[in-house]
Amino acid sequence: MPTVIVDGKDIEIGAHERLNCIEVARRAGVEIPHYCWHPGLSVVASCRMCLIETGTRDAATGKITMMPKLVPGCQTPAKDGTVIVTDTALVKDSRARVEEALLIDHPIDCSICDKAGECLLQDYHFEHGQAERRTDLNPFHSRRRDVGPTVTLFVDRCIMCTRCVRFTREVSGTSELMVINRGSKEEIAVFPGFPLDNKLSGNVVDLCPVGALGDKDFLYQQRVWFLKRESNVCGGCSAGCSIVTEHNQDTVYRLKPRENPHVNKWWMCDDGRYGWHHLHDPARLLSAGRLVSSNDDHETVEWSDVTTRLRQDLSGAGRLAVAVSPMLTLEEAWMLCAVARSIDQQAALFVGHVPVSGSDESFPGGFTIRAEKCPNRIGVEAVVALFEPEIRGWNELVRAVGAGEYDAAWITAGYPHAWIDDTTAAPFGKLRLLVVQDLFESPLSKLATWRLPAAGFAERAGTWVNVAHRAQVFAAAVRAPAGVWPEGRLYWNMLGRRGLYDPAAVRRQIAESSAALAALGGDLPAVGVDLRVDQLASS
Amino acid sequence: MKPTDPAITWLEEKPLGLTERLYLPLFFQGLSTTARHMVSRKVTVNYPEVRPTIGNPLIYRGVHRLNRDDAGRVKCVACFLCATACPAHCIDIVATESPWPDREKYPESFTIDELRCIFCGMCEEACPVDAIELTSLLDLTGKSREEMIFDKEKLLSVYDMTKDAEPMKSKTLAAGGMATFGPAPGSPAAGAGGHH
Repeated sequence: MPTVIVDGKDIEIGAHERLNCIEVARRAGVEIPHYCWHPGLSVVASCRMCLIETGTRDAATGKITMMPKLVPGCQTPAKDGTVIVTDTALVKDSRARVEEALLIDHPIDCSICDKAGECLLQDYHFEHGQAERRTDLNPFHSRRRDVGPTVTLFVDRCIMCTRCVRFTREVSGTSELMVINRGSKEEIAVFPGFPLDNKLSGNVVDLCPVGALGDKDFLYQQRVWFLKRESNVCGGCSAGCSIVTEHNQDTVYRLKPRENPHVNKWWMCDDGRYGWHHLHDPARLLSAGRLVSSNDDHETVEWSDVTTRLRQDLSGAGRLAVAVSPMLTLEEAWMLCAVARSIDQQAALFVGHVPVSGSDESFPGGFTIRAEKCPNRIGVEAVVALFEPEIRGWNELVRAVGAGEYDAAWITAGYPHAWIDDTTAAPFGKLRLLVVQDLFESPLSKLATWRLPAAGFAERAGTWVNVAHRAQVFAAAVRAPAGVWPEGRLYWNMLGRRGLYDPAAVRRQIAESSAALAALGGDLPAVGVDLRVDQLASS
Repeated sequence: MKPTDPAITWLEEKPLGLTERLYLPLFFQGLSTTARHMVSRKVTVNYPEVRPTIGNPLIYRGVHRLNRDDAGRVKCVACFLCATACPAHCIDIVATESPWPDREKYPESFTIDELRCIFCGMCEEACPVDAIELTSLLDLTGKSREEMIFDKEKLLSVYDMTKDAEPMKSKTLAAGGMATFGPAPGSPAAGAGGHH
């Protein structure tokens, strides 16, 4: 095994791993500060913050020969016998000089900068900068430049790491951003008439190590140290990007991608990034309602009564069909099927409406936005397959209802966008009983006997299985609004289970009952598990 | 400043001397303090018939005010540092883009729950632009809880009410020859004050 020596400590790396000094040092628990280097982008070694001392250890004699000058850690490959030294006076002095140079023309407007609190310039200055200043530094206001519909540029805060420029060239492939001027006059800009307008534009804000690029959606909304972070999965499409939901007092403020080498790497698309606003839409359904025949309106029903009255209504209604929405988590879908079968042993289970918009959109950097705008079709299909001999979809349900094959239907939806028109909804009006569980009013919910609110993606807890059969477990980031029981809680109570809804318990139960989903039994890693790989291993 | 900073001088407590260990000398020293206060001038007053005199308004911690700049605009830049420093979580700010070219953001709304406030003065210390200050107004009353939640207009009106009796502390201190922090807003060149 190749061995790299980091600050006197031997670190073994894989024989075929291609790592630079920053990555190897990180394995030794040593953080080499860096601005311009990012694992997902090409190396330019321009910020000079990661300068370190390196050398080689002779394999035969063990003699160490050091290089006379400092080298950038990001650009220096670590191989067998590479010696990395990060704590010498030379390295520390170099870092302090880089920080000093960066601050000379920085506005130092931290108190009004949205990046303050998660800014690498702040962090590194505290860690590596020097206490006294040799120049007369005066705070000033940064010039603002509008570079696109989602992003604004604070020109003077920029430290010219060019991460954003490389991102648009290498990952989004749109090349809108560029560097204008030279030397100390360098600035980030766009060509007139060609704004930063692509489906991945929000990522440049995450990439920016300082406060130069601001997300217009988040600008001035909240200081970052007030935000609480919960690891989540994006529900925007079937790619199932790993994300972090940042929230405060049950209000979501922004979504950030969470590094997951198997799914989204470091990125997420703007559809997902800004796709949380429906959670706080005042038009959301916020109470459970049952149709009162006398005045043709829905009366609010207390949740404690919903569990019993809904069961009563459904058991007396006749042949039951259930649409299991691909927005539901695996656990919720399984409990819904179990509830339906406990009411009517012949209940027909269908996979709910799968919204599709356009076609898959791929980017040069390997990122794909899926056309299927739901996060869990594969998971719901796997659950329905446990109860039904064959999987039937939404269209078959609509046809069967139109043909009068069922007397009652329970439609789960939870789609953030309008998903059904009057023509499709019309046949459901003939049913004796219709239960609709959705985020918003729709032509279907107008016909419903029971109109139940659904939870949004950040309010759910459970497991989603993405298009590549990767199951990711997540907890709820925020509580559902007052008056809304997330589906999991309702089904848990309708199954007569005691205590609070516990997705982990349901997941264990699913894993025990199915070989295909056995991988869900234990604690899943943060990056999720590939259900197919596990099946191959067990077969 | 980190605890490892060489500029910090760490002091050790001195060991007890003979007088300290004998106990009685210190006992009488303490008792003499009590006796002295029994005969000295009273500092309590019959409030509210008699108004107490505020010794130094610069360090008194009464009702808050939001200062105005020279153009009469709210000085606050909505940096949320007061809300961050506040141990009672009584400050609520909604920031938005400012309508003025020389300012990036400003508070769309700024409310202080005076009932929740513990008048510690941390907001004043945290403020980088001397926008929030504690005045020497000490009798703060209201008929309802809602009335005691001061909004931006109310806090600015406290400034208008007290600015003559109590000028902005930064100005008072500057007139006394003390160093100020940062330049005055709206004048980028006025950066004579050192940035420490």
